Amino acid sequence: MKYALLIYADERRYETMSEAEQGAVFGEYMGLVEELKAAGKYLGGEPLEAVATASTVRVQNGKTVVTDGPYAETREQLGGFFLVEAESLDDAIAMAARIPDARGGSIEVRPVMPLPAG
Amino acid sequence: MPGGTERGENVAARLERVVRDESGRILATLIGLLGGDFDRAEEALQEALAVALARWERDGVPANPRAWLISTARHKALDRLRRESNFERKRDELRAETPAASAPEQELERQTVVDDRLRLIFTCCHPALAPEAQVALALRTLCGLTTEEIARAFLVPLPTMAQRLVRAKAKIRAARIPYRVPEESELPERLEAVLRTIYLIFNEGYAATGGDRLVRTELCGEAIRLGRIVLALLPRRSEAIGLVALMLLHHARRRARVDAAGELVRLADQERALWETSALREGLALVEEALGAGRPPGPFALQAAIVGVHARAARAEETDWRAIAALYDLLWRAEPSPVVALNRAVARAEAFGAAVGLADLDALRASGALDRYHLLPAARAELLARVGRRAEALAELDAALALVSQETERRFLVRRRAELADGA
Repeated sequence: MKYALLIYADERRYETMSEAEQGAVFGEYMGLVEELKAAGKYLGGEPLEAVATASTVRVQNGKTVVTDGPYAETREQLGGFFLVEAESLDDAIAMAARIPDARGGSIEVRPVMPLPAG
Repeated sequence: MPGGTERGENVAARLERVVRDESGRILATLIGLLGGDFDRAEEALQEALAVALARWERDGVPANPRAWLISTARHKALDRLRRESNFERKRDELRAETPAASAPEQELERQTVVDDRLRLIFTCCHPALAPEAQVALALRTLCGLTTEEIARAFLVPLPTMAQRLVRAKAKIRAARIPYRVPEESELPERLEAVLRTIYLIFNEGYAATGGDRLVRTELCGEAIRLGRIVLALLPRRSEAIGLVALMLLHHARRRARVDAAGELVRLADQERALWETSALREGLALVEEALGAGRPPGPFALQAAIVGVHARAARAEETDWRAIAALYDLLWRAEPSPVVALNRAVARAEAFGAAVGLADLDALRASGALDRYHLLPAARAELLARVGRRAEALAELDAALALVSQETERRFLVRRRAELADGA
C-alpha cells in the first residue's frame, strides 16, 4: 500500500547550521532515498521551496483568485514529501522515523487513497 | 457430559454466558482469519450466534462452544464473501486457506486463539489511534462490552461513542494498522502503550463518581483481565507484572474506599477488614516478582510497591512511611512529574515530619506546575494544620475548593474545612 510521508519542519532550521552540518543532513537524505530505492519501496519524493515562494489558488464564482502565501502562523511548514510503498502502517512509521527531519520536525504519515482501476 | 447443557440451564442462557466469557477470544480469532477486518468479524459472529440459538436448541450444546462459534462464523463470512461480486479478490485477502470441511475444530482453535488475542490487544492499543479510541475499541472487541455500556461508563452520548468506534475501525482499515504482535525491537515501546491503555480503563472504573457504578466496577475487572492476558501471553516483563499488581492491590480495597453513604474514605480511615485478602496476597507476590525483574524498576512496579507497603500494614499507624518515601524517591527518578512530586512530599511528611513535606510542597508551588490542581493546596492545608498554621490551612482549603470539580471530593474538602474551623 502507498503512503505519503509529509515532512513538516521549521524551514529556517538550516540558517543556524554550518555548511558541514547541512551537508551531513543532505547526505543522510540521499542515503535514505538510495536505500528505499534498493528495497523497492521508494515511489517518489521532492523537497519544496520555502513557504515565502508559495501562492494559493481558489476559484470563487468562476473566477480564479490567487493570493500570496499561505501565511498560517505555524512553527513548522510542509517542506517536502516522500511517496513510499509499505506493507502496513508500522512499516511506513519505521520509514518515517528514519527521515532526518523527524528529529526536530515531524512527519505526517498519510495512506494514499486507492482509486478504482481503469 | 463435558460442555453439555446442564439440566435447568436453557440454551439461551448458556449462549449468553459463552458470549460474555469468550466473545473477545472468538472475535480475536475471526479478525485474524478475516485479514484484520473488524466489521466483517463482528457481523459474522452475530450471524453465528443466531444460528447457534436454533441449532443448539435442537442438537444440544456442542462440546466446545467457542470452537463451534468460530467455525460457524467463519463459514458465514465466507458465504457472504461468495455472494459479493468481488469474491475472487476478497478471497485472496483472506489469510488462512479454507480448511477441509472435516478439519478438527479444536486444532484450528488451538493454533490461532492465543496469538490472535495478543494481536488484537496490540491493534486496539496502537499508538496511531487516539487514547480514548484505544480504550473504547479494547472494551468493545476484547471485553465484549456493548457500545451502550461503554458510552454509559464514560458519560458520553451513545452516538458519540458509536462514532468513535466507527472512526477507529475505519482508520485501522484505511491506514492499514497491522494485526500482529510487534517485533522484538518495537515491543518495549508498544507494550508501554498497551499497559497505559489498560491502566486508563482501570482508572476510569476506579474513579470515585459518575457513570453507572456497576459498569465501572466491571471496567476494573476487565482491565485486570486484559493485564492477565498480557502476562500470560508475553514473556513476563517487570512493568506488566507491576501493572497487574497495582490494579489488584487497588481493586482489593474497593469495598473500603466508599462508605455506606457513598462518601470517599481516606486510606488512613479505611476499614481494613473489608480489604480482599486473596487479591492482596496475589498483588503482593506480584510486587516482589516485578521488583526482582526490573533493573531499575519502572513506574508501574514502583507504584505497586508503594500500594503494597500500605497493604501490609494491619493498622494505618503501622504503615512503614520510610519505605514508602524511599520508593517515592525511586519513582521520582523514573518519572519526574509534578503529581509524583506531590505524592512524594506527602510521604516524606509522614516519614520525616510535616516541616520536611511542607518545604517540598512550597518548592512545588513555586514551580507553578500544579497551579490548577486542587490536591496541591489540599495537601498543603493538611501539613499547615499539623504545624499549627491554622489560618493559612483554611485559606489553602478555600483555594482547593475553588479548583475541585468532582462532587465527592468537593464534599470531602468541605467536611475537612468544617473540622479544621471547629478544632480551634
